[in-house]
Amino acid sequence: MGIDFALSDQQETLETTFARFFAAESSVAVVRASEPLGFDAELWTKLDAMDAGSIRADGATLSDLVVIAERAGSSMAPVPLVEHWVATQILAAHGLTASGQTVGPSADAPIGSAPSPSTPSAPAPSAVAALAGTSIATVALSPAMDGVWRLVPAGAVADVVVGIDGDELMAVRAEPPMEAPTNHASMPMADRPSTDGERVILGRLDPDSSTTFLSKPLSLHQQAINEWRLLTAASLLGIATEALALGVAYVNERQQFGRPIGAYQSIQHGLADLPAMIDGARSLTHKAAWAADTGLVDGAGEIDMDRGLITECGPLASMAFLAAGDAAAAATERSLHYHGGYGFSKEYDIQLLFRRARGWAHVGGNPEIERARLADMLWPR
Amino acid sequence: MDFAIEAHHRQFRDQIRNLIAEHVDDEVIEEAHRTGTNHAASLHRALGELGVLIRATPGPEKDPVELWLLSSEMEKAGAPFDSTGMVLTIAGVIDAIGTSHQRDTIGSGLAAGTDLVCFGLTEPDGGSDLAAMRTRAERDGNQWVINGAKMWTTMAHVADWVFLMTRTDTSGGRYDGFTVFLLPMHTLGITVDPVFTMSTERSNATFYDDVVVGDEWVVGEPDNGWAVLGLMLGFERGMGNTGFLTPLLRRFTSWATRAGVVDEPSVRTRMAQIAIDAQMCELLTQRTVWTAATGAPPGVEGSIAKVFATDAYVRHAQWAQATAAPESLLGFDEARAAAEGWIDHDIVHSIPQTIQGGTNEINRNNIAERFLGLPRFR
Repeated sequence: MGIDFALSDQQETLETTFARFFAAESSVAVVRASEPLGFDAELWTKLDAMDAGSIRADGATLSDLVVIAERAGSSMAPVPLVEHWVATQILAAHGLTASGQTVGPSADAPIGSAPSPSTPSAPAPSAVAALAGTSIATVALSPAMDGVWRLVPAGAVADVVVGIDGDELMAVRAEPPMEAPTNHASMPMADRPSTDGERVILGRLDPDSSTTFLSKPLSLHQQAINEWRLLTAASLLGIATEALALGVAYVNERQQFGRPIGAYQSIQHGLADLPAMIDGARSLTHKAAWAADTGLVDGAGEIDMDRGLITECGPLASMAFLAAGDAAAAATERSLHYHGGYGFSKEYDIQLLFRRARGWAHVGGNPEIERARLADMLWPR
Repeated sequence: MDFAIEAHHRQFRDQIRNLIAEHVDDEVIEEAHRTGTNHAASLHRALGELGVLIRATPGPEKDPVELWLLSSEMEKAGAPFDSTGMVLTIAGVIDAIGTSHQRDTIGSGLAAGTDLVCFGLTEPDGGSDLAAMRTRAERDGNQWVINGAKMWTTMAHVADWVFLMTRTDTSGGRYDGFTVFLLPMHTLGITVDPVFTMSTERSNATFYDDVVVGDEWVVGEPDNGWAVLGLMLGFERGMGNTGFLTPLLRRFTSWATRAGVVDEPSVRTRMAQIAIDAQMCELLTQRTVWTAATGAPPGVEGSIAKVFATDAYVRHAQWAQATAAPESLLGFDEARAAAEGWIDHDIVHSIPQTIQGGTNEINRNNIAERFLGLPRFR
């Protein structure tokens, strides 16, 4: 096949379908009305009716999901699609769906690098029943501290949280608070207890690897967070692209000193730097998804820093996440700035994008920590 | 999307890697730095003899991936590529619109790796505004008489040919009345003065005093030189200049390891950022190559890649120099120099990348107007 930057026919169809869907169902009015919680239950129901939540289980590749996530991002869709996809993927690996149905034989999937005596067998039927009736799942990006997963993305609205507490990977079902602490990006994040609710233990860390679960081989949970990074990158690219489009439209229209401000070179050049950041990060995101879809994970891909060749999914997903966060931050900042004072007002849409560019990039923690983790993948100590 | 390199491309890449390993050693690099002539003669000849130059020459019937592989491998290895890139660009022009006489006399030597070429475009008073050039070619019977001066005719002192752009008619519009010649450098009336630069590279000013030549050296149609220039610049866009972060990072990492700072968090996070930017440069360049391979006319993808890559190179080279200071201030001939003098070199090598082949400002104009759809400012 060889190098190809075109979307597949299937992805073109997904792009058209979801672009149309989000344009109709996730208008700016819907986004604004969803604040401050940042969730629209009706929109989720409509997506569910299209089977968007289960599209991964139905055979969509990560590359397909990247296309959908970018469309959702550019519409700022107030639904936790990415978190749900990622969490349900872990559940599916254990023979579970978010609503507690079993799907075929349960997979025995320990988190650690080697099977250990403490590895539990498939969840008992009662545990499966514990997940019955759930509809939204999410993933806690960091292990629980003192029995609490802090500021879990979509934690305010998810019925099931999948996360690590101590040496256990578990799914916990509980009533979602439907309330988020006031936050910069109007994200439905919330603290979630790992101890209250119906708990299903999905796996245990191998005692030998419990302190190093960031090392190879990728655990299921790490793989899920990897996927979360690359799909969040796609959402952030939707934000960046939309911010650039708003900025270009505004500077073409806004007149000062008798001409559109977009005719001034200082503004042209400020905007002209953005396509490289956005397109480069988009290519990185697609490359990471391609690597995952073709099995270049867990050391199967290449990392050759002497020649700058990287085909391993882990570092590519990390790079995509960081580059997309930077692109979204730069695009929203410049676009808002060229809006002048209006950009700062709540009335204009650029502020909605500006806040999400930061919220979505930072909900997983300080990006510098991610950069350090990337360095460890590229230059192991 | 697909990011796999196909088997036959990997073979071609391996052939290039082997040739670089065989022909480019410390002595070759040292000679390029000492003379300022960024040319690896034996490698270039080998690329010609083995048909690599023919495969990599840009053109509608060619596979742009092969040109990219050649430029990318040369850049990553730190092998001199400037002269080879210029040869490939002009070989592409001759393939496209050269006469049979030009193919025999010029094209064959370029493809074989025996002949070199330089570009006579920029003038002392005209850089980005190429249309302001004043070098004249006047008709005298069935000959042309050329008078003028060109700046930055890099390789002129070793080149066999000059791709020379002249004004032949000033009665039309701003972009009308240009004629391009490909002249033998030994033609009477051409003189070459060296221009030494802040980097080790030597460039030249060339002067054309009553240079008398015939029609056989006119490229394309007389007075249609702007279109010929467009064709040539389209080919030049495939010549890389976006892959310098990988060797910079490799050299910096080797210094940081030896200096014992490679485990410092601030150093590692910046190294990770350089690696991200290097991947983005490679992907943006691959996209340009892929766009060309689909047969689409050259768009602004090349401008987008070039501005990002060269700005990132300057930024990261300056960081590397500061981080490895003061040994990073020492040059190639100093035993204590950081990364054998390469970090010092990267600083001065990065600066002209944002200027030559179209300044980043001109490229940003291009992106603003043709990609973003903003009004033409001039």
